[in-house]
Amino acid sequence: MTSSSDARSPSRTGAALALHGATLGRPGAPVLDGVDLEVAPGEILTVVGPSGCGKSTLLRTLSGLLSPLAGEAGQDGRPLTGPAADRALIFQEDALLPWRTLRANVELPLAIKGLPRAERRRQAEAWLERVGLAEQSRHLPHRVSGGQRQRAQLARALAGAPRAVLMDEPFGALDAQTRAGMQDLLVEVLHGTGATVVFVTHDVDEALFLGDRVALIGSGHLTAVRDVPRPRDRTAHDDPARVALRREVLTSLGT
Amino acid sequence: MTRYVLRAASLAVALGIWQLLTSLNIDLWLRFSQFPTVADVARAFADRLSGPDYWTDLTDSLTRILTGFLLAAVLGVATGVLVARSRLAEDLLGPVLEVVRPIPAIALVPVAILLFPSNEQGIVFITFTAAFFPVLVSTRHAVRALTPVWEEAVLTMGGGRWRILGSVVLPGALPGIFGGLSVGIGVSWICVISAEMISGQYGVGYRTWQDYTVVNYAGVFVGMVTIGVLGWLTSTAVEVLGRRLTRWLPRTSYVPAGRTPRRVSRAAAAVPASPTPQEDVPHDQLV
Repeated sequence: MTSSSDARSPSRTGAALALHGATLGRPGAPVLDGVDLEVAPGEILTVVGPSGCGKSTLLRTLSGLLSPLAGEAGQDGRPLTGPAADRALIFQEDALLPWRTLRANVELPLAIKGLPRAERRRQAEAWLERVGLAEQSRHLPHRVSGGQRQRAQLARALAGAPRAVLMDEPFGALDAQTRAGMQDLLVEVLHGTGATVVFVTHDVDEALFLGDRVALIGSGHLTAVRDVPRPRDRTAHDDPARVALRREVLTSLGT
Repeated sequence: MTRYVLRAASLAVALGIWQLLTSLNIDLWLRFSQFPTVADVARAFADRLSGPDYWTDLTDSLTRILTGFLLAAVLGVATGVLVARSRLAEDLLGPVLEVVRPIPAIALVPVAILLFPSNEQGIVFITFTAAFFPVLVSTRHAVRALTPVWEEAVLTMGGGRWRILGSVVLPGALPGIFGGLSVGIGVSWICVISAEMISGQYGVGYRTWQDYTVVNYAGVFVGMVTIGVLGWLTSTAVEVLGRRLTRWLPRTSYVPAGRTPRRVSRAAAAVPASPTPQEDVPHDQLV
């Protein structure tokens, strides 16, 4: 499967997540070609691009659900061998199990790790409280709002203590106000977990607010990776560095 | 409450018409003069209930159908999951299953007689075959129709094959599986009764056929009523169990509203605006 030269082997890098010379897509239908990407431990990398450009394919490859068609994908210097609890994936669509209460959903990764019932119940409750769902922990997913479901998904992903969290337009279906609240919550909840995050979005402002760096995808390639000025600020619209970056990202999206 | 009154009335009217047609010996094109009246049947029923054979027949039939049906439920679900999830299993089992499926279970009586040392096992086999295919087919459909993200979510939590089977496939397919079980229990009754008529000793079907051969028509109707009631009880049991196990399904609040709830809501509307009017309505139904 992996046939690349040893000089570019992921084991030689200090990256939390890495793609080297990778061709991504389903067998017979490559979407992205020649992808070289390294995500530093603990960083938030946002990925933007027009729809259908292969953002989701990139995430699925990093999660291990898809294997690269060529090149290598690795985590912490080891090649990926399939999906694992080390890399949680948060979906745009509702991926909570509808027959489980929010708490039972959050307990699932803990149960897979083999934690005893009382302990996983305690941890699940704690995570739900951190995302503001303490009241709803016994509700079934269809009883709560779309924003609350996404918060529960976030809690479920983080409960498994993954070293990387991969997010596929998780707030794409939410209204603007809920979305801003979710972005703040995400930054707050991630703080202290040390988790590396790859966050796919088609929203430029979201990408620039959340990302330490932003990766641009277009016409079948990863076109650029840029540093984002810090600290996080939604209102600093007159900062020339931010304005220039925003313009570049918008241009790459073809808008 | 009114709904139960209506249901009871529906049964009562049907019985009334029966009694009327038979007691008046109506002989138009349909000939009711040979028919036992409701009173005849009731009398025969009372006689039967006091004898020992009735209960033996009942327990024999129930044992046969429950054995066959439970076997069909377990093996039908297992085979359905296997065929839906494994291409190899589909290729190996699919053709055989598709060829055997259209054969009516009751046409397997000669096979059952050849294969099994006793009639008893033959009847259970026929009952099993009858229920097996509806369960298999609906399980296969339900498993194939599962939302892929559920499985992917569990995979990315580090869940393996058995975890996915237990936490995603079986619970997710349960509503569909119970559709197959409901059909299966009905077909099972048809086949257990027919098989008993052909080759049984004791059993409701056997007794009904015996009564027919000795021209005891009231007895035939006792048998038919018994089958009807048992069938209804067992299907209800399957349905109630299914509803309990799939309580998580979002149910639309307006479908079962019928007559009575509307009156209730009008009464509630008379009360001045309650503080939390839509608390219990799922959010997706508020839109």
